[in-house]
Amino acid sequence: MIELEHHTLRFSFPEIHRDAHCGISFMRTLRIPDDDRTYPLPPGLSRFPLRHVDDCAAKLPGSWGRHGGVFLPMYQSEAMWLSFSGEYPMAVRIAAGKVSALTGAPWQDQLSEGPDQDYLVIPEQPWLDGFFAGKGLIRQFVAMPLGEGYTAEEQITGEGEHGGLQIAVYPMKAAEFDRLGLDRDLRADNVMYCASPASGPEMGLAPGGTMQQEIYEDPYGIGAWEQDAKSRCFVHILNSVQYFLVTHEKPPTQPPTAKEYTDAGLPWFEYYDAEHKALDSPTKLSKLKSIAEMKARERGSELPHNEPVSPRNVVTLSKHSPVVREGDF
Amino acid sequence: MTFGSYVRDVRERRLDDDRSYSLRQVAGRVGLEPAYLSKIERDVTAPPSEATIGRLAEDLGEDRDLLLAMAGKVSNDLQQIIIRRAPIFADLLRQLKELPDHAVLRIVREVRDGDW
Repeated sequence: MIELEHHTLRFSFPEIHRDAHCGISFMRTLRIPDDDRTYPLPPGLSRFPLRHVDDCAAKLPGSWGRHGGVFLPMYQSEAMWLSFSGEYPMAVRIAAGKVSALTGAPWQDQLSEGPDQDYLVIPEQPWLDGFFAGKGLIRQFVAMPLGEGYTAEEQITGEGEHGGLQIAVYPMKAAEFDRLGLDRDLRADNVMYCASPASGPEMGLAPGGTMQQEIYEDPYGIGAWEQDAKSRCFVHILNSVQYFLVTHEKPPTQPPTAKEYTDAGLPWFEYYDAEHKALDSPTKLSKLKSIAEMKARERGSELPHNEPVSPRNVVTLSKHSPVVREGDF
Repeated sequence: MTFGSYVRDVRERRLDDDRSYSLRQVAGRVGLEPAYLSKIERDVTAPPSEATIGRLAEDLGEDRDLLLAMAGKVSNDLQQIIIRRAPIFADLLRQLKELPDHAVLRIVREVRDGDW
């Protein structure tokens, strides 16, 4: 079952195990420059607000009502990352426009293993900032209107049909959890954004700048997951310009540019986990064109506020250090 | 089990490990005369007020709603909820009576999954 709690999706599987629950939040962040450089992890500025589609269905595209799920507001060219919480192991499949964010393959119900692993494992993976782009690299999730050709979905399938994010969570089998003795102490939980009124309300995620982030191999094996007990959620992305009209609530303010943030001396982050092996199989996602690349080569225009920055204040996080990845701007 | 005997059992279990759970000290912390608490524990007198039961539950580390229910009471906030739509909630509770815990938990509002 999935509940909405403090703008976090709470997945729980009480029929599998009393501890089988986790949370997924969608974090506002600055957009890293989309150039030839590789950047460290940007901060989390706050959670995007989440609303039930059913609460505003009359003012949203008809297909959203059929999909169900939730929606959140993003400005055009705004970036996001996904934050995972919970101690009970879960396999999590993330897709953008029903295209896997790890492999670029179309959405499917069953997990794929080995070189085609199309899911990440929590709590080993604390967050996901973008599309897998080769060992230790991702391309940042950046919102763009559907229909303009920038999104990963449109680049791979040729159509902007779905947009948004699709998430499926599969809990570890209770017997496997018990066999592995994983009953840890689970009781102690733990820019200038080009708003374009002319564009439609439906957004998808396109590949932005390159960032250092490893996606870890499944350390348990595909047999560990209770694939018949998955919960899934369609997370629609509504252009922030339309968000107030739909909800009568103001969307979050536009985040700072990477330059403004860096010039203020605020921290960027890097994360090391030497205990887990990173995925390194090439996928079709590594061939995607970034937003800046498409604008420059195909449209002769530039992505605003895309000047390179040189983060000097980089905080190293690890599995054993307090994982707080936030910037106060 | 009665309200009084339940309170006494819990307090005496705490007392085995912690001397501060004597009748006198518990009574002092929750604002009662020791003799009155003794009468409550022996069911000589009716259970105390909702506020006192709340303080007892907190001091003994027990669930407030459970102690209130054992005393034959329903907290004010729950009463207000029930009174507003009494027939519906009465029917709901009767239907939930035999359901397993995980099924009861599903009554919370879920994020709806539709047709992709």
